Amino acid sequence: MAETGTELLFRAILHRNPIALLVLGICSALAVTGRMSTALVMAVCLTLVTACSSLFISLLRDWIPNTVRIGIQITIIATLVILVDQILKAFFYDLAKQLSIYVGLIITNCIVMGRAEGFAMSNPPLKAFVDGIGNGLGYGFILLTVAFWRELLGNGTLFGHQVLPLAVRGGWYEANGLMLLPASAFFIIALIIWLLRTIYPAQQEKE
Amino acid sequence: MAHYLALALRAIFIDNLVLSFFLGMCTFLAISKQVKTAVGLGAAVVVILTITMPVNNLILNHLLKPGALAWAGQPGLDLTFLGLLIYIGVIAAVVQILEMVLDRFVPALYTSLGIYLPLLTVNCAILGATLFMVERDYNFGESVAYGFGAGGGFFLAVVTLAGIREKLEYADPPKGLRGLGVTFIAAGLMALAFMGVAGIKF
Repeated sequence: MAETGTELLFRAILHRNPIALLVLGICSALAVTGRMSTALVMAVCLTLVTACSSLFISLLRDWIPNTVRIGIQITIIATLVILVDQILKAFFYDLAKQLSIYVGLIITNCIVMGRAEGFAMSNPPLKAFVDGIGNGLGYGFILLTVAFWRELLGNGTLFGHQVLPLAVRGGWYEANGLMLLPASAFFIIALIIWLLRTIYPAQQEKE
Repeated sequence: MAHYLALALRAIFIDNLVLSFFLGMCTFLAISKQVKTAVGLGAAVVVILTITMPVNNLILNHLLKPGALAWAGQPGLDLTFLGLLIYIGVIAAVVQILEMVLDRFVPALYTSLGIYLPLLTVNCAILGATLFMVERDYNFGESVAYGFGAGGGFFLAVVTLAGIREKLEYADPPKGLRGLGVTFIAAGLMALAFMGVAGIKF
């Protein structure tokens, strides 16, 4: 595996997207995508946690006994998540309330664990750090795409700014209530997967 | 009693962890290929949630809350920020203990559940339900009812989806949608169906 830094950074966005190809970390991907702002904060938090946990686990990889490695990984991840959670609560209280339990759930987000176990344990710190950022970006890419369509079609807004004037307020756009329901996230992700797998047929599932 | 029953029923049908909060999706999608394995996994989730919720509730109320350590002579201590670390530890420990107890006393159940048990430590449904319990400030009895209901909701959702996926084997979707894509759409339709009971008040 002789990949350059940029390859490590960008391959996770389209070629090896953690959500669309590896089916990791879907829980939060669906829940926080009702609005662009929450999706963006969530993506930033997850990128930070993945990058830092990969860095620290990679630094410690020669000292972590194989038998208790999962426990140690979880402890490192949980500590980082507590830090992020406390920072959010201290400086962005409204956003922290909106994200509710989903920040805490970064601990059990399979992307973080997956990168720790699958990449950071066997690669040097700098590479692991870049790989963590790349996977965070891939996650953020899907999150923001889903949130974009849900907020635009459901409310006619983007980041809270009115883009499509709503019919109820004298505009022309009839808001699509379905997009505000949790179920719409399933459909949008299914469409993204369909699109990615049509572009990259290698990702299609075998019979 | 009626209050606890209502809480459990709400958690199963209306606030379904999987279909309205998207928790435990990874396991939900990975293990729902066959009804048989889905039943085993669902049962494991019910058991673990019913045990971990009250345990975490006790820890929260008697160790972590502001002033909860008054009995140890530390009335000013607020340890709630340690919550995340402790809950995940408790969950991991309970999963491990349950595994050992089942192995020793009910080997038949252990062999049928065995492979899924360790996976459940990192299932967001378990940690998520605990965090909801903290956020909604449930008392001990409520946490038992909610834990059971939340597990039941997961059981219902995963077994139903497995049933649908078994039938989907015979369908012929476009190539790019095959497998994961069409599963997502099925789950979305199920979530919509569950919205139908949302108006019911217990």
